[in-house]
Formats: sequence, C-alpha cells, structure tokens
Amino acid sequence: MNILVGLSQVPDTTTKIVIGADNKAIDAKGVKYIMNPYDEFALEEALRLKEKNGGTVTAVTVGGDTAKEVLRTALALQVDKAIFIKADSADSFVIASNLAAVAQESKPDVILFGRQSIDYDSFQVAPMVAELLDMPSVTMTSKLEISGTSLTAERDIEGGKETVSASLPAVISAQKGLNEPRYPKLPDIMKAKSKPIEERAASATSARTEIVSMELPAAKGKGKIFSDSDGDISELVKLLHEEAKVI
Amino acid sequence: MKILAYLETLDGALKKTAFETITAALTLAKQSGGSVVGLVIGSADTTQAGVYGLADCLVAKHALLEKQSTSAFAETIAQAAKAENADVVILPASSTGKEIAPRLAVKLEAGLAPDTVALDASGGNLVATRPVFAGKARLNVKITTAKKVATIRPNVFTAKKADAAATVTNRDFAPTLADNHVKATVTSVSRNTGKLDVAEADIIVSGGRGLKGPENFHLVESLAGTLGAAVGASRAVVDAGWRPHGEQVGQTGKTVSPTLYIAAGISGAIQHLAGMSSSKVIVAINKDKDAPIFQIADYGIVGDAFEVLPKLTEKVKSVVHR
Repeated sequence: MNILVGLSQVPDTTTKIVIGADNKAIDAKGVKYIMNPYDEFALEEALRLKEKNGGTVTAVTVGGDTAKEVLRTALALQVDKAIFIKADSADSFVIASNLAAVAQESKPDVILFGRQSIDYDSFQVAPMVAELLDMPSVTMTSKLEISGTSLTAERDIEGGKETVSASLPAVISAQKGLNEPRYPKLPDIMKAKSKPIEERAASATSARTEIVSMELPAAKGKGKIFSDSDGDISELVKLLHEEAKVI
Repeated sequence: MKILAYLETLDGALKKTAFETITAALTLAKQSGGSVVGLVIGSADTTQAGVYGLADCLVAKHALLEKQSTSAFAETIAQAAKAENADVVILPASSTGKEIAPRLAVKLEAGLAPDTVALDASGGNLVATRPVFAGKARLNVKITTAKKVATIRPNVFTAKKADAAATVTNRDFAPTLADNHVKATVTSVSRNTGKLDVAEADIIVSGGRGLKGPENFHLVESLAGTLGAAVGASRAVVDAGWRPHGEQVGQTGKTVSPTLYIAAGISGAIQHLAGMSSSKVIVAINKDKDAPIFQIADYGIVGDAFEVLPKLTEKVKSVVHR
C-alpha cells in the first residue's frame, strides 16, 4: 500500500497571538511551532496502514522554511520518504494544488490529512485535493477500515456519526479519536537529523484569495462578578432572563 | 451579484442553517444590487424559506443524489451555479457543507472563504471575515476570482424574517450526473438520541476539571437539561477520559458560538477560550477569582461548581418553563 500523508506546522495551542507589523499575519517572534495536532492522527494512521498492509509512507509538507521540522518528526517515526515544497502561502488552493501534484506522481492508494490545520482553520485542503485528483474523500474520520480496495469510515457529523463507504484511492482527513499517536524515540530523532528531505519547487498556481488584514477580536468589557450566595445567584439568573434575555 | 444559496434539509424539512444562509445571501444581494436563488437537493418543503424572504428556489432531483454523496452534491450545485449564472454560492459551514464547498470551488475555479462570520459585498468585491487560530484572531479575506464560494458559520448569521413573507416558486432542476460523480456514499447515520450537539446548540453548559471526576457531571447535565442545552467539556476532562471527544470545546475540539455559554469549573486555558470566546453571552463559574475565564465572561460566579450548579439549576427552573 502506497500512502501519502500531508503534514503542516502550526503555532502551539498555548500561543498568545500577536498581529505582525504588516497586519496580515501573526508576529512569529517567540512563537513555538508544532506539528498540527490533527496531522498526528493522520501520520499515525499512515504508519499503522503500512504496518498492516506493507508498502511505503511518504510525508509531504507545503510551507515556509521552518515547516521542514515536521518532516524530521515524521522521519523519526519511520516514514520512508519526506518531500518539502517551499510555498509560504495561506491560500488553500495553492497548497492543495502542490499536494495534488505530488500525488499525481507517486500514485498513492490512500492520502491522509488532519481534519484542519489549527492556524487558518480552513478545512479545505483534503476535499480540494480529492477533487483535483478525482478521488473520493471522507473528512472528520474517527474510524477507518480498509479491506482490499474498499474502505469504510465513520465521520463526525452534527449530533452523531455517519458511516461512509468508498473505493481506493481515496483522501481521508483525520479527526481526534481515530487512533492514539505514538511518540518518536530519542535515537530515532537523532537518526532522523541526517535523513534526506527531498525539496521541490512550488507549482506556479495563482492564489484565489488575498488577505486584506488580520485583527484581534474586539476585547470584552469587564463582566459582572457575583459570589456564590443564594441572593447573588438569584440576581444572576434574573439578569440572564431580563437583561441578557438568553434564558 | 447573482447569489445561489444552498439550503440544507433534514428529513424533508429545511434546517435552521438554511434560513441563516438565506439571510446571508439576501444581505449580499442587497449590498451589491443583485438577486438570490435557493437550491435544495431532494424533496423538501420550501414554504418556510418564504418567511425569510426567499422567492425563487431550485429543487434538484436525480436518482444518484439519493446516495448522499457530497461529491455528487458538489457537481449538482456547480451545474446549478452555471445554469443560473451565479457569481457567488453560499453554503453553511456544516459537516456536509465543509465537504461540498472545496470541491465546488475547484469545479467553478472559484476562491473559497470558509467558515465566515461576516460577508461584505458593498465595495464591489466579496470580502469575508473569518476566525483563525480558533478565534484568537480574525482574517479579512478578499476573493480574487470571478466566481466566489463562501461557507457561513452556523449560529452567527441570525436568520431574519422578511417584513412580508414571500411566496416561494419552486423550479425543478435536473443535473446531469454519472456514476463517477458518486464517490463516497453514506451507508448509515447514527444520531446521539436525546443529546444536543455543541456545534448546533443555542445554549451550552460545559464542565472542566473543577468537577473533580466524571461522576459529578450529572450536575452539568442537570443544568443543561433544565435549559435545553448541550453538554460541553474542556480538553483536560476529555483527555482524562471523563467525557467523549464529541463534547470537547476548544482549539482542538469544536469551535462554538452559542447564545449562552456557561463554563463550570473551567479555568480558561487559551485553547479553550479560543473555541468559545465568540459566544454571545458567557457565564463563568470558578472558585479561583483570578481564573482567565473571568476575563472574557459577561457574568461570573466565584464559587465551587459543586455548590453553585445545583443552586443555579433550581433558580433557572423558576424562570424557564420547559
């Protein structure tokens, strides 16, 4: 089984966001970057599919220079090949086109992504890649079973789950709960430092969106604070009912 | 601008997101001097759409659409957009809408603004505002292509009834579909019976580590039951296995924008705040008066969630009658 997994690098979830000088992106100073948490589930699933079915796992990253670090982590976890495409774009179509180009060449049976990257939260890349490659896609996958060339997946929907079936090759995006990701071992992290990462030029795809500005959400005024006394709780309920009108 | 509004249905009725989509589309049409056409897939009663001001609606029917394949839905919407010469397609950012929209955008060679909370067509362009970093920042994005696709976040574009209800004219639309358009098919759906989902709820009551153990979540459930609310949870209690993943609110869980969000025993880690700070009214209950959750709360109670929740549930019962 030939597996391709897309990995992205995002600011750590504890990052306090500061807007950069151009007002179009965050200020990267002091920001700790990590592998996108949902991509960890995608990578783990790729490794498990290989362990079960044999084959190869190729990890691919489209991003700025520092994003290469996530490929080192993937190499430490024993992916067979790592491809880095330098394209520092926030446009999902540009990213999807570059990923689809890699897939067109390596002809994977399964392409895995995280359900969304937690920076731009776009949720677009997996279905876009599937559309560009004329493949089925299942997003928000919390359970995946592959037998032969057919797959059954469970995906989260509002208030429940959906069972979806499709044929390979297919694009899958991983939801939390799909598996329990493993951690790389220290000797493997050391060895990964000298493993090759293939670098490729970005395709000449034009962006279809343009960032006008990035801003912080409007700050809230100070709220009304109450004690846990009966009288205070009654007062709060009264305010929720009569002032805020939400109950 | 000519706007195509994709209206989601469930069991033959329009969903709440459909009315929000109509409102968003009509607002854009008004700003840009255009018109709106609705689109439903399969049989549905569209009468209610008129209440929100929609007069013209396509009803797409094809045997292959019964397989509920998002790729076939995307093809159908793309064909409808071309047939109607639509400049903009608006969809809900629901679990289905988020699968359809990227495919649709590729088919129409359109730029896509996903999960938007505001749309502006007043300057001749389409500029979308959307939360990024789970709401820690907002991005204003201009779609630079001729055709444009946007999805709207549920619960944000409040559906507005028209001053005078419109009479909906349904027009049959027969897409040209082949087996190849049906890629992944839905074989079964299981719903969490009697349980509201945080992504759709108007009111959410969330519990965190302050509840000290899974056995105490009945306090949260009881208040939620009284309010007709969904139960949410912090990452800490989901990671500890107290609550299922589906209830997690935050940057690595669900991002929510309910009318009322009650956080009980949640201190307010930045990744939790990111997922719920766009709620309209926030009530925080925490025994630490310096907990970060109080900084974004509209109302706060400094106290132990154990003691406060039962009292709050009792008082709420006296004002809500469900």
